[in-house]
Amino acid sequence: MRVKSAFKDMDIARLIIAAFFVFLCIAAVALRLNISELISSSLTQMGMWGVLVLAMLPAIVSGTGPNFGVSLGIVCGLLGGLTALELAYRMEGVVAFPPGALFLVAILFSLPFALLVGIGYGWLLNRVKGSEMMIATYVGFSIVSIMKLAWVFLPFKNPEMAWPIGRGVRVQIALANRGLAQILNNFLAFRIGDVVVPTGLLLAVALAAFLMWLFLRSQTGMAMATAGSNPRFAEASGIVVDHQRIIGTVLSTVLGAVGILVYSQSYGFLQLYEAPMFMPFVAVAAILIGGASVKKATITHVIIGTVLFLGIQVVAVPVANAFTADWSSMGEISRKIIQNGVILYALTQAGGE
Amino acid sequence: MAASSRTVSGSLLHGRLAAARSFAIRNMVTIMFLVISALGYKLSGMTPFLFLMDIVARISRNAFLVLALIIPVMAGMGLNFSIVLGAMAAQAVVIFVTHWGFGGLPGVLLSMVLVTPLAAVLGLLTGNLFNRAKGQEMIAGLILGFFAQGIYELIFLQLVGGIIPMDNPAIVMSSGVGVRTTIDLTNGLKYGLDWPGQYWGNDLLLRPTLPWVIIGMAAALAVGIIIYQLRTDRRRRMSTAQLVITGAALAWACWWSVQQIQSRSQINWIRVPLLTWLVIAAACAGVHFFSKTKLGQDMRTVGQDRHVAAVAGIDVDRVRIIAIILSMVMAAWGHIIFLQNIGTFSTYGSHEQVGLYSAAALLIGGATVARATIGHGILGTVLFHTLFIVAPAAGRQLFGDAQIGEYFRVFVAYGIIGVTLAMHAWKQVLQRRSAAQ
Repeated sequence: MRVKSAFKDMDIARLIIAAFFVFLCIAAVALRLNISELISSSLTQMGMWGVLVLAMLPAIVSGTGPNFGVSLGIVCGLLGGLTALELAYRMEGVVAFPPGALFLVAILFSLPFALLVGIGYGWLLNRVKGSEMMIATYVGFSIVSIMKLAWVFLPFKNPEMAWPIGRGVRVQIALANRGLAQILNNFLAFRIGDVVVPTGLLLAVALAAFLMWLFLRSQTGMAMATAGSNPRFAEASGIVVDHQRIIGTVLSTVLGAVGILVYSQSYGFLQLYEAPMFMPFVAVAAILIGGASVKKATITHVIIGTVLFLGIQVVAVPVANAFTADWSSMGEISRKIIQNGVILYALTQAGGE
Repeated sequence: MAASSRTVSGSLLHGRLAAARSFAIRNMVTIMFLVISALGYKLSGMTPFLFLMDIVARISRNAFLVLALIIPVMAGMGLNFSIVLGAMAAQAVVIFVTHWGFGGLPGVLLSMVLVTPLAAVLGLLTGNLFNRAKGQEMIAGLILGFFAQGIYELIFLQLVGGIIPMDNPAIVMSSGVGVRTTIDLTNGLKYGLDWPGQYWGNDLLLRPTLPWVIIGMAAALAVGIIIYQLRTDRRRRMSTAQLVITGAALAWACWWSVQQIQSRSQINWIRVPLLTWLVIAAACAGVHFFSKTKLGQDMRTVGQDRHVAAVAGIDVDRVRIIAIILSMVMAAWGHIIFLQNIGTFSTYGSHEQVGLYSAAALLIGGATVARATIGHGILGTVLFHTLFIVAPAAGRQLFGDAQIGEYFRVFVAYGIIGVTLAMHAWKQVLQRRSAAQ
């Protein structure tokens, strides 16, 4: 029933994309590509991005629109990760953190940052109603670019993170040294034939999605949804709309922070400097492909969107490569066109003011 | 409001102070950047020669692009980030013109002629898109830029050399498909407009030295001010104090220039691409006179209030589309000027930052999302590019690392746009609230 209604939300743009995905899958089979490898890496990619796409949900539901500034949360997550690695280094000889505990410590450290940043960011978004998406984008860009300076100046001492010469932390910080790389992916991972299922990763995403599902059914969640979908009515029934929007923004920022840590452990590196700059657009496009609009979104949209968009990204590259060697950049090109085409489509559907 | 009422009641001196304060508040961003640029210049330890040479080149390169942003602001569409499409059109045309072997001034003029219809069509499409996303033009323009980047890469990485035939080893990759990642315009369009005589073997045609250009500009400005004073009514004339300050500044500039000429200093090595500057001046004049026409006035009305404009019988959607077409064509021309000056460009990257840097420059000049003038554009270009020149050098001097200055200037570009957008949106919310009460 729920799935059926989700498909009803899928208009022409989404149907084209879904058809494209089906075409890619058929092509992949017809071209005799390594299907199990494609499925494995699709599952991993979907898990990596799952929480970040989920971060869009509270923002849209609370009425601030897709969170183009989720890079704020991402930066908080990275900061938490770096702090955890620094702690592990400074405490060497005193406490040895098992990788699992260290991962939790990273999440714990990122939470206060995300909470504070989310409140401030929500306060700002309340003051710029009607232009949230543009402001969020540029707040994100600004924060990512000022954090480039921060990565240079923050007093981290851990030699795993520092450049051998010069100042500041590296562009990519390997997580393998502390056993953090693929810690979720490998948890209870199993094989079906040649397909590797990253059980822990998928479970983490499922857990986050389930908690969000529960929250949206709680009293606060309902109030938030009302504030988002019908602010006048909400105000009349005693809900402080601005507070609900802040709650939505904080949740989105926190999910962004947790999301990047989930992403990074699978990737095996914390990516700093330029890397978080354009990540929000992937997450925004994914939830929109799933059938969400800039004003309405559900968990189902998150799931469908993540599967479709990341599925396409994984399958498109080898299929394009199989046609001719000269089409090697086709994966990146198709991603740009689909991702931004979908966001543009959603903006025109919002119908302006 | 409080400041102006006090001006009426307070003493003359008090009034002056209040006026100075409100001037400072209104121009906070610009004043802040003047200070930052001056500090950066001091810290960088650059010689005036190096700095002036670089700033002359950067003004020639970027001013026209910044001016392309003004018309959409007039029409109430905010900063037109979709000028990136105009820049892509310019690069597409430049690639083909280079392939056909045109160069020099004729090549630049040919490019400008060829790019006009292409940019106009892109402007038409973009304008229609913006009309479907009213109120979200800026984010739509930004995303459209990313989208168009995908299409552009599809055409030039995958189709050129394959489906679109082109066999030119200087342009196409060795595999035969796709345009090379950098295109060298040397012996082609390079300096086509800046050194117009080069094509005919006369290197110095229309390239006077900087001191003479400063003297010329000061003289032109002085004549302009005198004419203005004589022709406008008493109330709108410049005050005596303003005249004295301007006159002193112009006199100092002339005196400095004469000194440079007499002492045969390095400054005399700097040559100004006069034709490019004249083209930029023509663009300023064009935008200025356009704003006085019926269409320009309609555009302002639309910019102030779409509903009022519609009631007054203005075809709002059409006016908005025209604004974007004009902006797009100007951006395309501006990017051709940029490319001929820089002489070599990255096929898949040179256009990417055009929207960001032009918008940041305009805002630093004192413009807002709702109001931008030619003066904002020119002053902003000078200030923003001063920062661009001095930041890496200042970073190296302060921290031993030019990269830090680089990070700083990129942050400034994003930050200034973010802050200005947020202030404008906040003001709108407050206005809406007070209108509702």
